[in-house]
Amino acid sequence: MSEEFKLEVVNPEKSFLSKEDVTEVVVPAFEGEMGILKDHISIISFLKPGMIKIYSKLGEEKYYVEDGIIEFKNNNLSILTSSIFNIKDMEKSKIDEMLRVAEKETAKDNISDQAKYLIDQKIEVLRNIN
Amino acid sequence: MKMVAAAKLKRAQDSAEKGRPYSEKMNNIILNLSEGISDKENAPKLLSGTGKDQIHLCVVMTSDRGLCGGFNSNIIKKAKSYFSKLSSEGKELKIITVGSKGNDQLKRFFGDKIIENISFKNSKNANFFNAEKVSKIIIEKFQKEEFDICTIFFNQFKNVITQIPQAQQIIPLKTDIDDKEKSEDNYEFEPDEDEILTNLLPKNISTQIFKAMLENSASEQGARMSAMDNATRNAGEMVDKLTIEYNRSRQAAITKELIEIISGAESL
Repeated sequence: MSEEFKLEVVNPEKSFLSKEDVTEVVVPAFEGEMGILKDHISIISFLKPGMIKIYSKLGEEKYYVEDGIIEFKNNNLSILTSSIFNIKDMEKSKIDEMLRVAEKETAKDNISDQAKYLIDQKIEVLRNIN
Repeated sequence: MKMVAAAKLKRAQDSAEKGRPYSEKMNNIILNLSEGISDKENAPKLLSGTGKDQIHLCVVMTSDRGLCGGFNSNIIKKAKSYFSKLSSEGKELKIITVGSKGNDQLKRFFGDKIIENISFKNSKNANFFNAEKVSKIIIEKFQKEEFDICTIFFNQFKNVITQIPQAQQIIPLKTDIDDKEKSEDNYEFEPDEDEILTNLLPKNISTQIFKAMLENSASEQGARMSAMDNATRNAGEMVDKLTIEYNRSRQAAITKELIEIISGAESL
């Protein structure tokens, strides 16, 4: 029995990535990382900033996301996100820039706890990539 | 200009088509969520509305440039008929215009109703960032309870010669789907439905506005292309007609001169 399922990553401008043969996807769900295998129960969840890891026969791919929603149904995983980057294509200067913006944001004192939590997450992930 | 529009149309059409899956999926998820929501009365206001329908906010999305046939006036016409329906029902009206052409046409009659004019003249293509800006403004106003119902007006791209002006209500969200489309899956939600919805709904508004922008830009180019094609053809016809007229009058002048010469020679 094959252990593969379908994955589609869509951003508002286009279909970002579409794969038929992924075996496992790890997503940074809001309440913690979540691994999804074939025949997972139907689920809707949303994402916090973090890494999406996609495993297939060809190996592992990593993407950085800032937000998004995932829906898993009938062995179809859809990830909707407005900001996704392949780690390989991320240059150091860009990461630094994003870090700086995020750090500025978190220093403000009028942001909500939730927003602060998300930004802190983002900073942590970005530092890790760096 | 027809050629330019044709080239741009291709790109705009592509991105409109590529953008569709995102907004469709988003819609699906929200529909599934709102079905599954446990406590309908405490649902987020963006979904359930304020419970009133007194103040209507209309977001009229047009282009920033002219020379595109009936593109802008179709949207305006649709919007105006909606406006007059509202005022006959005694509702209050507020307008946000996106794109300068719509503002130009509406401010003559509804100038006092326009509360905001947004224009993205400088950005070439519709991008999500702009859509988020618009939706932020709308959501802010909603939270201040400045309006109860929000409707967006845009042109849906069907093909190059047909664009259908659309009015779509985005706040509160309409969830009238056919029964057969309802999925019977039971989803697991993480975190719970309410929290996901609260986060998702603002995003959905950006998405819907972005979709409207993409459809609009494809429609605009399509409308411009056919308008300019017509203009070129009309001009061509006119050139043909004028050439014939010119040749005739030249021939008439020559004939007249010849007659004068001949009759002069005969009289000698």
